Amino acid sequence: MLTEEQVRHVAKLARLKLTDEEVKKFSGQLSGVLEYVDILKEVNTEGVEITSQVTGLKNVMRKDEVVSGGVTREELLACSELEIDSNQVKVMHAIK
Amino acid sequence: MQLNKLKISEAAKGLRAGKFSCEDLMKDCLKEVKARNKDLNAYVFVDEKMALNEAKEMDKKFKKGEDLGPLMGIPCAMKDIFNTKGVRTTCCSPMLKDFVPPYDATVVKRLRDAGMIMVGKTNMDEFACGASTEHSCFGVTKNPHDIERVAGGSSGGSAAAVASDMCIYSTGTDTGGSIRQPASLCGVVGMKVTYGRVSRSGVTAMASSWDTVGHFSKSVEDSAIILNAIAGHDDKDATTPNVAVPDYTSFLGKGVKGLKIGLPKEYFGEGVEKEVSDKVMEVVEKLKKEGAKIVEVSLPMTKYAVAVYYVTMPAELSANLERFDGIRYGKKPSKSAVQDLVEYYFASRGEGFGSEIKRRIMIGTYVLSAGYYDAYYKKAQRVRTLIIKDFEKAFEKVDVLIAPVSPTPAFKIGELVDDPLKMYMADALTIPASAAGLPAISVPAGMSKSGLPIGLQIIAPQFEEGRCFTVGEVVEKVQK
Repeated sequence: MLTEEQVRHVAKLARLKLTDEEVKKFSGQLSGVLEYVDILKEVNTEGVEITSQVTGLKNVMRKDEVVSGGVTREELLACSELEIDSNQVKVMHAIK
Repeated sequence: MQLNKLKISEAAKGLRAGKFSCEDLMKDCLKEVKARNKDLNAYVFVDEKMALNEAKEMDKKFKKGEDLGPLMGIPCAMKDIFNTKGVRTTCCSPMLKDFVPPYDATVVKRLRDAGMIMVGKTNMDEFACGASTEHSCFGVTKNPHDIERVAGGSSGGSAAAVASDMCIYSTGTDTGGSIRQPASLCGVVGMKVTYGRVSRSGVTAMASSWDTVGHFSKSVEDSAIILNAIAGHDDKDATTPNVAVPDYTSFLGKGVKGLKIGLPKEYFGEGVEKEVSDKVMEVVEKLKKEGAKIVEVSLPMTKYAVAVYYVTMPAELSANLERFDGIRYGKKPSKSAVQDLVEYYFASRGEGFGSEIKRRIMIGTYVLSAGYYDAYYKKAQRVRTLIIKDFEKAFEKVDVLIAPVSPTPAFKIGELVDDPLKMYMADALTIPASAAGLPAISVPAGMSKSGLPIGLQIIAPQFEEGRCFTVGEVVEKVQK
C-alpha cells in the first residue's frame, strides 16, 4: 500500500506537481499496480541473469568524429519557447 | 472508383499504367478524411495543400521517368510520434503541443526517399502510453466498425485511418502491443518488427529496451513492401544490428506446407474470450488443410509478462521523459509566479503531462528508487530472461507461433479508462513477444457475431519477419 505521503515523496523525486485529488487517486491506483506486480515474487530467479537488452549487441562504437545532424544551430534554437541570448537559451537561476 | 480503397500493390500498378495520378490518389484520401475524420478522430493534423503539393511533386517525377519503387506516390498516415520536418509533432501531449521538429525521423526519411506522400499525422495515446487512444490530448479515436468503441492503442489513429481508407498505409510504434492490438481491433494488418530491425531515431522514446517501429496496411503483401523500405541498420540508432535485409516480398507465395505452427496453450485459456480463441482456431484448422503441422506448445512464463512490463517499462519511461523539463524539451509553465528552477520543473511537468503519463512516471520512479531497485526492477529483468527462454525452447520445435492478439474485440469508450490495471491486461497477449524482442504480425481472422474484427498474431524468431509474411499471406487466402 502506497500512502499519500509516499505518493508525494515519489512525485517530488519525479519533479511532478500533483493536485490533492491526484495524490489521492494515485495512492489507490499505484498500490493496485504494485500489488499486482508482486506476482513476480512467485518466480524462482536464483542464478538467472538480468535482461536489459535483447539482441546481444555489445559496445557499439563509431569513429570519434564530429557528425552533423543536418540541422543548423538556428533551427535548433527556434525549437525553444524560451528567450534566446547570444545563441543560448535563457533559464531561471539554479543558485541564488 | 474510390482510389483511397486501394492497396499499395494495386495503387502502384495503377500509377504505372497511367490509370490515375498521385494527385488523384491523394485527393480521394483527403475526400475520405473530410467525410469521416470528424467522427473517427484518427488524424490530429492534416494540411490538404501540403499533401496535394507532395502528390504533385511525385507526379512530376513520374513524368520525368523516375521510379522510386512501389511506395512512390502512395499516401501514408504518420503516427504523431515520428518527427516530421516542419510539421507539428506532438505525441498527443500538452507537453509538445506546439513542437515543430527541425528534422525527419530516419523512418520518415527512408519513406520519403521511397516516394511516400503524407496525408497527415495520426492520433495516439499520449507518448504512446495506453491501449485505447483515450489518453490523447486531442480526444479519443473511434473504431471505424463501431464508433462507440475504441480503435485500440496506442497507435489507434493509424489503425483507424487504414481501416477507414483515409490513407493507403500508416506507421506506428509497438512497445507492448501498440501496433498489433489496434490492428486487431480495427481489422487491418499490423507489423511489429524484431527489436532493432527498424531505426528508432527521431521517434520519441517510451521504453528504450522495448520500443519498435512498424506499420499498418490493408494486406500482408503491402506490409512486406513497407518493411523493405524501412528496415536495416542506422548509424543514428546504435541498437540496430547489422543484420542483412532480405527482400521481404520474396517470402510471399511460399505456402505453409510442412511448416510447423505452434499454439501456445497459455494464449487460449483464462481471460481470453471464447469467441476470440474460436475464430483463431477456425483459421488454424484451415492452415492445417493447407499442409501446416499444428503443434501445441507451452510458454509457462506468459502470466508474468504483464508484471515484468509494468515494472521495466515505467522505469525506462520515467528516465526517458526526464528530458521534458520545459527547457530541453517541452512547454514552459503558464504561470508567471514560478520563483526558481525546481519550481519551474514541477510546474512544467505538472501541466504538460496527462494523468496516465504521470501514473507511469510515478511507478517508474518508485521502482527505481533506493531500496526498491533490486526488489522490483532487477527481479523483473530476471523474469524477462525466463520469458525469452520460454520462446527459445518453443522455437526449437516450431517455425512460428499463432495466438490471439487481444483477449477481447474492441471495448466501449470509457469502459476501462479509470481502471489502469484492467486496461494493462489488454496487452497481456502482445507483451510476451515484445519482452523477447520478437517480430509478430497481426492479421484479421474474421468478425465477431456483433460485427467487430478479431485478429490473430504470428510470432517468429528474431529477424525472421519473412515467416510472418509467409504465414500471414496464407491466413488471408484461406479466409477468402
